[in-house]
Amino acid sequence: MATPILALQDVHTYYGNIHALKGISLTVNAGEIVTLIGSNGAGKSTTLRTISGIINPRQGQISFNDTRIDRMPAHEIVRLGVLQSPEGRRIFPRLTVLENLEMGAFTRNDAVTMKEDLERVYTLFPRLRERISQKGGTLSGGEQQMLAIGRALMGRPTLLLLDEPSMGLAPVLVEQIFQIIQDINKQGTTILLVEQNALMALAVAHRGYVLQTGQIVLSDTAQALQTNETVQKAYLGVE
Amino acid sequence: MATMRPSAIRTVPWRLLGQIAVVIFCLLFLTIPFVEMVKAMIADPQLLARQLLIGVTNGAYIALIALGYTLVYGIVELINFAHGDLYMLGAFFSLSLIGAFSLTTETPWSIRAPILIVVLIATMGFTAGLNMLVDRWAYRRLRGVGSRMASLISAIGISFVFQNLGLLWGYLRFPFMNGVMGSNAVAPKSFPALLPSVNLFAGTGVRFGAKDLIVVGVSVVLLIGLYLFVSKTRLGKAMRATAQDRDAAALMGIDVNRTISLAFVLGGALAGASGMLVGLYNGTAVFDMGFTAGLRSFTAAVLGGIGNIVGAMLGGLLIGIISALSDQYISTKWTNAVVFGILVIILVFRPTGLLGDDTVQKA
Repeated sequence: MATPILALQDVHTYYGNIHALKGISLTVNAGEIVTLIGSNGAGKSTTLRTISGIINPRQGQISFNDTRIDRMPAHEIVRLGVLQSPEGRRIFPRLTVLENLEMGAFTRNDAVTMKEDLERVYTLFPRLRERISQKGGTLSGGEQQMLAIGRALMGRPTLLLLDEPSMGLAPVLVEQIFQIIQDINKQGTTILLVEQNALMALAVAHRGYVLQTGQIVLSDTAQALQTNETVQKAYLGVE
Repeated sequence: MATMRPSAIRTVPWRLLGQIAVVIFCLLFLTIPFVEMVKAMIADPQLLARQLLIGVTNGAYIALIALGYTLVYGIVELINFAHGDLYMLGAFFSLSLIGAFSLTTETPWSIRAPILIVVLIATMGFTAGLNMLVDRWAYRRLRGVGSRMASLISAIGISFVFQNLGLLWGYLRFPFMNGVMGSNAVAPKSFPALLPSVNLFAGTGVRFGAKDLIVVGVSVVLLIGLYLFVSKTRLGKAMRATAQDRDAAALMGIDVNRTISLAFVLGGALAGASGMLVGLYNGTAVFDMGFTAGLRSFTAAVLGGIGNIVGAMLGGLLIGIISALSDQYISTKWTNAVVFGILVIILVFRPTGLLGDDTVQKA
């Protein structure tokens, strides 16, 4: 058994009085792609936001490589190697593509390795190289998604959190993005992937968790989930 | 991200109607005075040149203050009402140091110039630090909790605190200050005339003194420095990123609170420099000088497009020039009305200011 690099234990997160996560426990092992699937409002994005420290959990423990991170400010969690490509891309619209990528490498501040990483991102997403001096806000949806993922990669993540990378993209692009996600994983980055497109997510992931109204209702290997009757009915559209 | 403009859902084109109304109003009531004004300008080009140069000098210090508003607004969406008063405290601080160094008009230039530079740097450090502390103690704990009104109201409170600090300061009679504060707390304090007032355009009928050049020169250096910092350095880019999307910036590993502090530090430093320059230029400082200066500078920031750094510089220059022209060709009593009238007209046509972005700042 691989050792978990990320472990959530009975995590409860609130938005004001709304109990959004009701005791989430999950683990991600080094080298895996783990996916969180579930419908709108199930708490998928909240889980990622809680891991990244944008919101603090009210209860429970989160540890990354045996360091407790559930009370850490967001910018320190990034320094440990946990980077997120957030829901809705959230690229900086009035910074250029290059500046956006530089921001991804903010914690490193090392010109030599930054050059290497830029090359790596441009190899994964050749389109970004063409757009290098364009403002982020002028990119198309697909390009913005590439930029958001590329930006997170610039931080040399040990663990990459991807929130809905396929949202709003044309089917061809979705295929392409998922291919790239697999490539990134093969190059050694562990990935926690949140998706509404359960079909695609389960196809690339090793394991999966099914989230429903703030709770994990099912967890298994991706293969087993694909053939699970409840999952098929609720998320894969199989009758 | 593109959001729907309100005008796209409305059926009555209010904005267009407003624009038409403004055009008709201007044509009806302002054409004749405007033509008269232009005639007067052409009749005496030397006078016009003089007023334009006064405008540039005033614009330079207004731009310095305006940047403080725009930097802070751009990043935390707070209209920092205390900013004008910070500028006043900068003037008081520099005057105290000038007293402490016993600088007078007799001091030889070889000593005077380096000391003035030291005083400038110390003043900038003082106002920068003060601005940062106020953010940390007053505004930071109000961020993200409840409405934005809370920090706005506390900024107004800080403005009063600063003014009263100015009053208290005006009463200080420490022996090391060599009596620069005078005998009355409320009365304007006099700066010694430390800047050379020799006219650089002597004999041409145009007045542009060496001290004007110094004010403009120092301001331009600071403005360029700030612009380069914000557009080229890693921290400057982080500042812009934080202004555009605070959560996303945190997800990049940017310490958001520290970056916000940096905006207060930079804005504060510029306000201090401005206070000292104006004190030396006008030869006087008074505890409520921050109110009008703050109002004009804030107007400049809005005119240029609040949150936009180049916009604040441009807005400052425009306000300076418009005020100088209005002082001469209309009446000093009307200057505020003219400045704000032009602001209203520009905002009717460009609600985001001259260089403001059409893209929505924050979802």
